[in-house]
Amino acid sequence: MTESTTTSTQSGPSRIRTSVAALGMLPVLVILAIAFQLINARFMTGANLSIVMQQSSINTVLAAGMTFVILTGGIDLSVGSILAVSAMVAVIISLIPDFGMLGVPAAVLVGLLFGLANGLLIAFIRLPPFIVTLGSLTAVRGVARLLGGDTTVFNPALPFEFIGNGKFLGVPWLVIIAVVVVLLSWLLLRRTVLGTWIYAVGGNAEAARLTGIKVPLVLVFVYSVSGMLAGLGGAMSAARLYAANGLQLGQSYELDAIAAVILGGTSFVGGVGSIWGTFIGALIIAVLSNGLILAGVSDIWQYIIKGLVIIAAVTLDRYRLQGGVRT
Amino acid sequence: MTSTPGSSVANKPVLEMRDISKTFGTIKALSNVSLIVHPGEVHALMGENGAGKSTLMKVLSGAYRADPGGEILIDGVPVITGDPLKAKSSGIAVIYQELSLAANLTVAQNIFLGNEIARFGFIDRAAMADRVQPLLDSLGVSFKSLTKVEQLSLGERQLVEIARALSTDARIIVMDEPTTSLTTRETEKLFGVIAALKAQGIAIIYISHRMEEVYQLADRVSVLRDSAYVGTLARENLSAKALVSMMVGRDISSFYKKAHRPPAAGRPIAMRVRDMSDGRRVHACSFDLYKGEVVGIAGLVGSGRTELARLIFGADKRISGTVELDGEAIAISSPREALNAGVAYLTEDRKALGLFLDMSISDNINMGVLGDDARYGAILDFDRAKRRATAAISNFAIRTHSADINTGSLSGGNQQKVLLARLIETNPRVVILDEPTRGVDVGAKSEIYRLIDDLAQRGIAILVISSELPEIIGIADRVLVMREGRIAGEIAATPDNPIHQEAIMHLSTQANSPEEVNA
Repeated sequence: MTESTTTSTQSGPSRIRTSVAALGMLPVLVILAIAFQLINARFMTGANLSIVMQQSSINTVLAAGMTFVILTGGIDLSVGSILAVSAMVAVIISLIPDFGMLGVPAAVLVGLLFGLANGLLIAFIRLPPFIVTLGSLTAVRGVARLLGGDTTVFNPALPFEFIGNGKFLGVPWLVIIAVVVVLLSWLLLRRTVLGTWIYAVGGNAEAARLTGIKVPLVLVFVYSVSGMLAGLGGAMSAARLYAANGLQLGQSYELDAIAAVILGGTSFVGGVGSIWGTFIGALIIAVLSNGLILAGVSDIWQYIIKGLVIIAAVTLDRYRLQGGVRT
Repeated sequence: MTSTPGSSVANKPVLEMRDISKTFGTIKALSNVSLIVHPGEVHALMGENGAGKSTLMKVLSGAYRADPGGEILIDGVPVITGDPLKAKSSGIAVIYQELSLAANLTVAQNIFLGNEIARFGFIDRAAMADRVQPLLDSLGVSFKSLTKVEQLSLGERQLVEIARALSTDARIIVMDEPTTSLTTRETEKLFGVIAALKAQGIAIIYISHRMEEVYQLADRVSVLRDSAYVGTLARENLSAKALVSMMVGRDISSFYKKAHRPPAAGRPIAMRVRDMSDGRRVHACSFDLYKGEVVGIAGLVGSGRTELARLIFGADKRISGTVELDGEAIAISSPREALNAGVAYLTEDRKALGLFLDMSISDNINMGVLGDDARYGAILDFDRAKRRATAAISNFAIRTHSADINTGSLSGGNQQKVLLARLIETNPRVVILDEPTRGVDVGAKSEIYRLIDDLAQRGIAILVISSELPEIIGIADRVLVMREGRIAGEIAATPDNPIHQEAIMHLSTQANSPEEVNA
């Protein structure tokens, strides 16, 4: 591991390593897809791939928000619960005659408000993100159950059901929303001042403060975004199911979102990572679930295999990045 | 070949370090240093910051391995260097400035940390307490073996460290600036303990900047300068003059650039600082800074220089103090406000507090001005960022083939120049530089001096904190000397009467005056 030579001159192996680093987890996704195709030829059909994309869409949206948070070195454990409460709000509002479409903005707004509350506690009272969002994971779950009187709320005539089940130019709306969220996140992270500040705060919070960056505002922003996208995820979920249940909906979704971010190569201590990585991470998780079902693997073994693949992929990543400069 | 411990200095040395060198990359941190210490001797080790004292002690403690050719003999027997456990078992104990105690554990637990007495795999608290109490009694301390360390004062913690050293049967105890954070009474107590250790035949290597302590304690004094051994003085030959000239006697060549002119009468004041205090490390500091002037802040490590700079910059909370810029009172309560007002600060710890090592050179240079440059106040202006980065890379002679590579891959000197570039991009009126050349090589040093001079010629007022006296004298028009959180004095240079290092050393090491003892 001669780090000095890799930085001074771009020798052959180091150039290869640089391009491999740029690809990130994409090779893992491709290898998984090929493997599943070999096991079951139905995997690579248009219909099935559409299902995979649809299945990954809600997790992609949550994981995009999670990427903002983890880039600052934080964590948001409350997204599953926020998704549940937002879905409840979406369905309840959808039952109001003539104003049913307001369910979607209401869900997004509710998510934003819970995210804002997380952010304010973390940025201004300086509580650890893990603890704040662990608390809101529990408390917001309670609020979700409270809203529906701890029952499932239905709306068979959901005005925005097309979001969950409709298509636009042959592409499911869920997939369009997920891709738009990824694109907007990329623009924000890579093309705006705020995006650069997010990386700076995650890379070195104290240096960011001494450079004049308003660190608390950056933190409030990322938790608000995460909450807002969880709210959007809630609307997507409700639209798909025509219903919401405060107890069951979104259980342990935060873990899939975190897994997607980590699979995408974003550093858990912050400052390093990309939204594309997260997108690929979310796809890997969806491909695994779908492929294992097609391969006829039992539910129990799916858990075990998914967990092991996540650990193995991140281990690979560690080796891959060892040539890079990381102190 | 018989040695009777504690009899006289003439007996066989307990420790001999011969021709110790230590190289880090291309930097020679120690070159052929030798040191002989006898049992029952207090051997003071002196030298400027960076002279190599700490490195030498780290070689002794086994934290560093000496370069081939050097050897360490204990009782005339060579020991392997670079092995902390071997060093410990051959009787060497080092008490570092930052004490290494676990505050949440008891005195006894700390003393036996990593060395616990166990019975059937369970910690035997009673046995440990029984072993510790006699040690504590012999040191005459008032706390008990089961007291938690967090309840002890800094002075008492020092005694715990000494007890720990004694528990491992140390015969050579190194104390690195042990009195820095002690009160006068605690210092007296420590000196009493040192005298007792001496009487038991234990050798003490005592690192200190404070002359009066050295006079009081030392049997002999060895001086290091520029990573090399200068000489050893016996107690009867000690004098401040002799010591200081051994410590600083160095040729200051044309290395330092000073093309700017020191302020003449009538030049406007750039910054006026009054009564700056934080209630802990900085007490009522006041001074003026003229346009185009380079002012040095000298003082020992821990004298409050960095703390003062951070207070002015708004990085820490002040309890009193005002800042005026160009005659106008400015409220600064955060770095953001300081930068907006035109005050920039270069941190002393560029990796921990300054740079974003995982981000590109361009991002690092532009970080302070991103918001001002942005289109519609939010969208990054890549062209402008690129222009700024390219210009800065050439102005500051940052050696890199691209502005897009990670800052973490640059050498220390080039990293420092990136940080300086970020600072200058904010277009400051006053620049505070905290140890601007720490850990950079000689070439980068001279470039940084040139930059400082350029800034001064452009009328920017510059405050430079430095522990290297030749550097401060070489670049500053005026030097403020800090001691124990106060500005102890000011020395101005005139063309025919340059600042003398002795004068700075004198101001920074003066004995506590009576009114400060109670502070």
